[in-house]
Amino acid sequence: MSQFLTNGKVRIGLAVFGAFLLIALIGSWLVSSVLGTDPHRIDYDALGAAPGGEHLLGTTTSGQDVLAQLITGCRGSVAVGLLSGVLAVGVAALVGVTGGFIGGRTDQMLTAVTNIFATLPSFPLMLIVAGYMANVGPVAIALLIGLFEWPVCARYLRAQTLSLRGRDFVQALRMVGESRWRMVLVEIMPHLTGILSSLFLRAVVTGVFTEAGLRFLGIGGGDSVTWGTMIAFAQQQEGVVRGMWWWFAPPGLFIALLGTATALVNFGLDEIGNPVLRHSSRAAVRRATAHMAARRDRTNTVEVAS
Amino acid sequence: MTTAAPTSDATDEPALLAAVDVSKHFTVRDQLGRKATVRAVEHASVALHRGRVVALVGESGSGKTTLARMLAQFHPVSSGEIRLAGHRAPPAGRGYFRQVQLIFQDPFSSLNTLHKVRHILGRVLRVHGHAHTRAEVEEQVLSLLNRVNLTPAEEFIDKRPREMSGGQLQRVAIARALAVRPTVLLGDEPISMLDVSIRLDVLNLLARLCDEEGLALLYITHDIASARYLCDEVQVMYAGQTVEGGPKEAVIQSPKHPYTRLLIDSSPDPDRTGRGLRDQDDAEDLGEPPNLTAPPDGCRFHPRCPFAMDDCRRAFPDRTTFADGQWAHCWLHQHGRSAELDRTTSKELP
Repeated sequence: MSQFLTNGKVRIGLAVFGAFLLIALIGSWLVSSVLGTDPHRIDYDALGAAPGGEHLLGTTTSGQDVLAQLITGCRGSVAVGLLSGVLAVGVAALVGVTGGFIGGRTDQMLTAVTNIFATLPSFPLMLIVAGYMANVGPVAIALLIGLFEWPVCARYLRAQTLSLRGRDFVQALRMVGESRWRMVLVEIMPHLTGILSSLFLRAVVTGVFTEAGLRFLGIGGGDSVTWGTMIAFAQQQEGVVRGMWWWFAPPGLFIALLGTATALVNFGLDEIGNPVLRHSSRAAVRRATAHMAARRDRTNTVEVAS
Repeated sequence: MTTAAPTSDATDEPALLAAVDVSKHFTVRDQLGRKATVRAVEHASVALHRGRVVALVGESGSGKTTLARMLAQFHPVSSGEIRLAGHRAPPAGRGYFRQVQLIFQDPFSSLNTLHKVRHILGRVLRVHGHAHTRAEVEEQVLSLLNRVNLTPAEEFIDKRPREMSGGQLQRVAIARALAVRPTVLLGDEPISMLDVSIRLDVLNLLARLCDEEGLALLYITHDIASARYLCDEVQVMYAGQTVEGGPKEAVIQSPKHPYTRLLIDSSPDPDRTGRGLRDQDDAEDLGEPPNLTAPPDGCRFHPRCPFAMDDCRRAFPDRTTFADGQWAHCWLHQHGRSAELDRTTSKELP
């Protein structure tokens, strides 16, 4: 754990992730109190205004403040991502760990279900289902994304559980009569935290991406604001064609930034799990170089003196 | 042929744990999905008595671990019976494991690396109702650590497995087995993964537990010297068959089966003079253990045996019992050729 928090990549990744979470939490307060506006208010004096002045990030074609939308959209996007991530990893843990630990018929059945879900063409199906449900809120979208996201996670977890189940310590715990539930929850689960957290982060980002993708294609409606809806409206209302970069670039960048943050945390986790990937810390390299230079200088002086 | 292993000083009380004429066949599939049967153990019997140590000796693949796992009921027997205190053993579960505990070979993998010693031992005490409150657990864990010579116990109770050495871990594993308060311990090569310098300590610990607390111990090993040090009785396995058994001195001083003879001759012993490397070359010349999916007919040792005759290829011989309770399965004795085994020193083996 201490290793986890001292790893530079993990730190940066978590900081960015934390910042987004914070914005998602206090976003509406920030918009109403600090900016003194709301994402839907229309400023007829500044339709499609470029950044600067009263609107820090400019306005949309219909005169809505982009910064207010960006902040509010963070909550929508992150909430969908988190909810779908929780759902995906939760179902995956239930199916994967159960199957891997119990084995036999149950495992075969669960694996079959997992494989069926894994081979479904998820994005087109999501499009169809979401389109059919029409005007669905963010919760429904998140559930839908989670539903198609769990199979891959479940396969990872099942494989890892299978390998754990075969270890001597599980046999030994069976010999001392430990109950199945405690064996899974107390003895095996802690070995899965690394893989669980990395799967979760990835699922969250996939959720954000997918939500943006669906919104861009015009799925889901209502007046919820997310980064996805911002890009979608920018495209629909000719913001892209008219080069109103302040409208679509920031949400795009934020989505990319969130993805980078998760990738950094996961790289860090990889390094902790597999020391071969670790790079030398800059400070250590600097110290070592200085030390070697000093020694070279010393030998040179000795040579000159003799 | 008697089924229960007779011992020189076996008491009238039934064995705490016994395997009676057990066999284990595993079904395996190769890459093409063809089925094959591995005959891992055939008609083996072993009896464990209170306070006595029985060593099960044999090379890798001889079925000794499979036999131990049948005794621990990890594998169901293919035929034969496991008997607990004279009765048919109950199915694997808390009731059975309250009596019988197995110590694994590798202490680095038999303990959950994420938990402290306090949790590892404390859970066992709680599961078996020996301790309920936090204070009771702590007190009993400390006493367990003292029993396995992990002192100061206060220092070890909050350590995690990665902070301990192999020998210390194996003591924790032994303590975990003891926490159940079993009557029988099965040790599956409990010292083979340990550093040579601490093997003796662990052996002494096991010996003390048997002497002082009356535990029955099955000690599985490929190292006949440690068997000789620790045990009262030896059984030798070869390719799934028990070939010889009896009191340790009798078996080691005058082996009655050519395989035991080979095993003893090939283990280094400074007391045995006049036999050098030459013997080991001979031992290696005698070939490899057989493939258990298609074992040789009859006595499975016959392809390697210098005394092999036609009968050996035909059938596995019945048990011949000797004066002090030693017994062997070898056609030499059935044919009155026992003397040949004693007369030829290993140098004269063909």
